[in-house]
Amino acid sequence: MKTRLTIISLAGGIALGCFAGLAHADPVDDTLEIDGQPMITRAPAPEGHPFDEVLSGWLFREAETRAVEADSFQNPGMLEVERAAEIWSTPEGTAGKSCETCHGDVSESMKGVGAHYPKWDKDANRPINIELQIDKCRTEQMGAEPYKFDAKDQKAMTALIKNQSLGEPMSVDLSQGDMQSWWDRGKDTYYTRTGQLNLSCSNCHEDSMGNMIRADHLSQGQVNGFPTYRLKQSALVSLHNRFRGCIRDTRAEFPKAFSDELMALEVYVTWRGTGLSVETPAVRQ
Amino acid sequence: MKTGSAFFLSGAMALAAVTFAGTANAADTAPNDVAFNEMQVSESLTGMPGDPAAGADAFKNRKLGNCLACHTTTAMESELFHGNVGPDLDGAGSRWTEAQLRAIVVDAKQVFGPDSRMPGFYSLHVGKNVAEKFHGKTILSAQDVENIVAFLVTLKDE
Ligand code: HEC
Ligand code: HEC
Repeated sequence: MKTRLTIISLAGGIALGCFAGLAHADPVDDTLEIDGQPMITRAPAPEGHPFDEVLSGWLFREAETRAVEADSFQNPGMLEVERAAEIWSTPEGTAGKSCETCHGDVSESMKGVGAHYPKWDKDANRPINIELQIDKCRTEQMGAEPYKFDAKDQKAMTALIKNQSLGEPMSVDLSQGDMQSWWDRGKDTYYTRTGQLNLSCSNCHEDSMGNMIRADHLSQGQVNGFPTYRLKQSALVSLHNRFRGCIRDTRAEFPKAFSDELMALEVYVTWRGTGLSVETPAVRQ
Repeated sequence: MKTGSAFFLSGAMALAAVTFAGTANAADTAPNDVAFNEMQVSESLTGMPGDPAAGADAFKNRKLGNCLACHTTTAMESELFHGNVGPDLDGAGSRWTEAQLRAIVVDAKQVFGPDSRMPGFYSLHVGKNVAEKFHGKTILSAQDVENIVAFLVTLKDE
């Protein structure tokens, strides 16, 4: 665990290493292995996709940031994953159960699971993501409170579960329930211009992909690394927080986390990344 | 503002900017009254010439134009972080007339068409769900626009 100390100097280096003017306008030609395990960072796009190839956000980050993600001992997000492994085994709520009581070893029971969310939930009659599945277990099985949006433990537990799918290609099953109409709705949102700046997701992540917007290198806005670890904030960042941040940056009101609108967006944007490996917790500046 | 990528404003800064834009001068042409003629706006929005030095400031200021979010130009070489979502602006003052530059800054979609990614800086044709604090407001004041136009005019080819 001693290697983790190097993160401090690395993060400092990133701040200093900022480029002046234009730099790195294209995604890098590099391959990602996390602890020696190969990740799919480029995949052929599914039919009906605006791009030929879908690209992981990792390809758009600075060399230092990429290196931190490639080594799970340096990735500070892994400390949260380890912390969540303890929560996994700790009983909570009136039923006196922990996640482990029902699911056993997380690395066996949750292997590959996170790569296929959002999923249709018959009870709720809508798609749910990992965060809401965790809440469902907490309220229905454990007699515990649902997590507050973006509670530290919610982000850590989500990262723990997604991390059990590290390397696994993402896919969503649109044949379940009414998933297709949620996909349609998410697509509408993706192409709708919002706010005083009058910009849509597609204006930045499709039309301007690979360009710089001030200091930021615009990626395809893929979800495969979430929750991601942000060096600048020294914390995990959830997907709905990121969605809301992007919408807020257009100077628009942003929808509630886990609202129908953002859940539909999650279904659609996850589909846009079909075939990319889960990289949770990916590292971002 | 936590995860925001901060290429535009932070909340507090945004408020400051709006207070500026909000205090419209009575003599200014209102956003909906700006006359576009063949993709040009010939009249100054304030009735006065702009100040190019103030325009250079507004151009780079993240609270105002933040034009560097999307454009490069050698005149701003000393600034960090130029974006390239839009074209390089070197020579823009030679390629375009002052009236065309004013039209571009006021409402780029009137010049480049509805699919343009460039925001309208003195326009009320905006996207859905505009945040409450920006309702009915333009990104820039008439004075800011005139200043920026005066700056753009100086970006001549060698
Ligand atoms: C005005 C520009 C802009 C708009 C509009 C925008 N984004 Fe982003 N987005 C960014 C920037 C800048 C980043 C950080 C750099 C990157 O990863 O592209 C980002 C990052 C992301 C990420 C994280 C990617 C990663 O690999 O970490 C996701 C997901 C995302 N955006 C989704 C969306 C969605 C969905 C919408 C529409 C609701 C949207 N964005 C609208 C600018 C924008
Ligand atoms: C979010 C991105 C964005 C921002 C912010 C932006 N622009 Fe643009 N701008 C563009 C794009 C894209 C074009 C190219 C025309 C098109 O495709 O719409 C453009 C074109 C232009 C042109 C014509 C360029 C040429 O020579 O052909 C000028 C002049 C210009 N912008 C000035 C400005 C000024 C001044 C500001 C700030 C007040 C600004 N822009 C802010 C995206 C932007």
